[in-house]
Amino acid sequence: MKPSDHPDPFQQARVEQGVSEIDDQNDPVQMVLRLKDVRKCAHNWKTYSSEATPGRIVVPSEVNIRDTRQIPFEVDPPKHGAFRELLDPWFKRPLQDDYRDKLRAQISSLITEVIQQNSIEAIHGFSLLLQSRALTILMNTPESEADTFISWGTHVFRSEDDPLDAGKAQQLYDYIDQKIDEAETKPSEDLFSTLLAAEVEGQKLTREQIKGIIILTFAGGRDTVINMVTNTLAYLADHPESLKRLRDEPEIRTRAIEELIRYFSPLTHMGRVATEDAQVCEHAIKADSRISLCWASANRDETVFEKPNEIVLDRKINPHVAFGFATHNCLGATHARTIMQVLIDELCEKVDHIDFLNAEENIEQWGEFDRKVGYHKLYLAFHSA
Amino acid sequence: MAKITFITKDDDTIVCEADSGSVMELAVQNGVKGIDGDCGGVCSCATCHVHVAPESVAQVGEAGEIEKDMLELDDEANERSRLCCQLEVSDDLDGIVLHVAH
Repeated sequence: MKPSDHPDPFQQARVEQGVSEIDDQNDPVQMVLRLKDVRKCAHNWKTYSSEATPGRIVVPSEVNIRDTRQIPFEVDPPKHGAFRELLDPWFKRPLQDDYRDKLRAQISSLITEVIQQNSIEAIHGFSLLLQSRALTILMNTPESEADTFISWGTHVFRSEDDPLDAGKAQQLYDYIDQKIDEAETKPSEDLFSTLLAAEVEGQKLTREQIKGIIILTFAGGRDTVINMVTNTLAYLADHPESLKRLRDEPEIRTRAIEELIRYFSPLTHMGRVATEDAQVCEHAIKADSRISLCWASANRDETVFEKPNEIVLDRKINPHVAFGFATHNCLGATHARTIMQVLIDELCEKVDHIDFLNAEENIEQWGEFDRKVGYHKLYLAFHSA
Repeated sequence: MAKITFITKDDDTIVCEADSGSVMELAVQNGVKGIDGDCGGVCSCATCHVHVAPESVAQVGEAGEIEKDMLELDDEANERSRLCCQLEVSDDLDGIVLHVAH
């Protein structure tokens, strides 16, 4: 086993049972592990709802640390569709050239900086900076706001020793309140002002709805993007031949990015609440109980993926669910994919190889499963091309 | 060179020509509304769903198993559905007509 490998802890349970129950703050969760079942449940929003008590579909549950409903994430159709119609154009902006150019400038200067250092700790010296700065482009706020985001650390709701830190969440809520106030008195072109001016189904958004959209924007793309970037660096450091191949064969980069996202699956799973008694591969699901759609397990399903535990850079057919599936698929996926495209392009251009110096793994615990999701610390040295 | 016709939900007709690449890429390059190709063509996102015109079905052929599994859960799917990222442009596809599903 190599230090950048991410083993699949779900294999046996996925093959033998298909579903596995874990506890979470006395509100148990049946984890759905097979790709086809995950897809079917994700598609069936009527039976497996996202519109439960705010925070309940997240695992670990955030019911005790927030009352604000995240939008459109915790809203089901038909209302969900109206919110997506409003938000999709904003979150598809990464496809525009000027967006990509701004991102390229940020990532290029970051790589230039880290090449000049003897070694870096990649999470705080690279991924957190990259994610925070890129978020200012997504929200169309001044890049200087990134300093505030960086000061919050790698997760907006969690701190090093507490997976659910209410005090930390409050910091984010206070920031959002302040920014909405500022946008009310002095409108700009940023996401806050855009949402204040927006209407859904002929009605202005309430302050609570705007907060719900902004909280999702912060929470959904924080540790996920940070882990995706960090894990990619670790992999390329550990596999210099892959960095070389990506440099020599730019035509495989799109496939390689989807493959890295499949393999790392930065979001392990997401919950739903059953609206009626139901069944997943012969396991009874009781009304008002929780299931989770385990993207990480589904993405290693051996009945669908050949060599599921290997990174096959040019994997041609790759029906992964790392960005979710169906109605509630990831709103930030275009931003995330664009980050990866620019990151890979810039690494290929500027970096010859990366030394993997040392690492402390970040292992999540879900009942019987220990899953490596990324690193607490990752020490790397970048060498110029 | 293959000539491929897309008909969007708004009834716009876009005729494109190419000799390589995937049909999804061709649609995206030509701004065909309703074909996004978010995943770049690896059969993961289902944002390139088309209904093959009845007269083109024989030319295009059937979906593979993984593609069928994806389409099975699409509300707009019918027996002529394909994900056009899985169609390689070649002379064999010359003259086909595809109706964008979304």
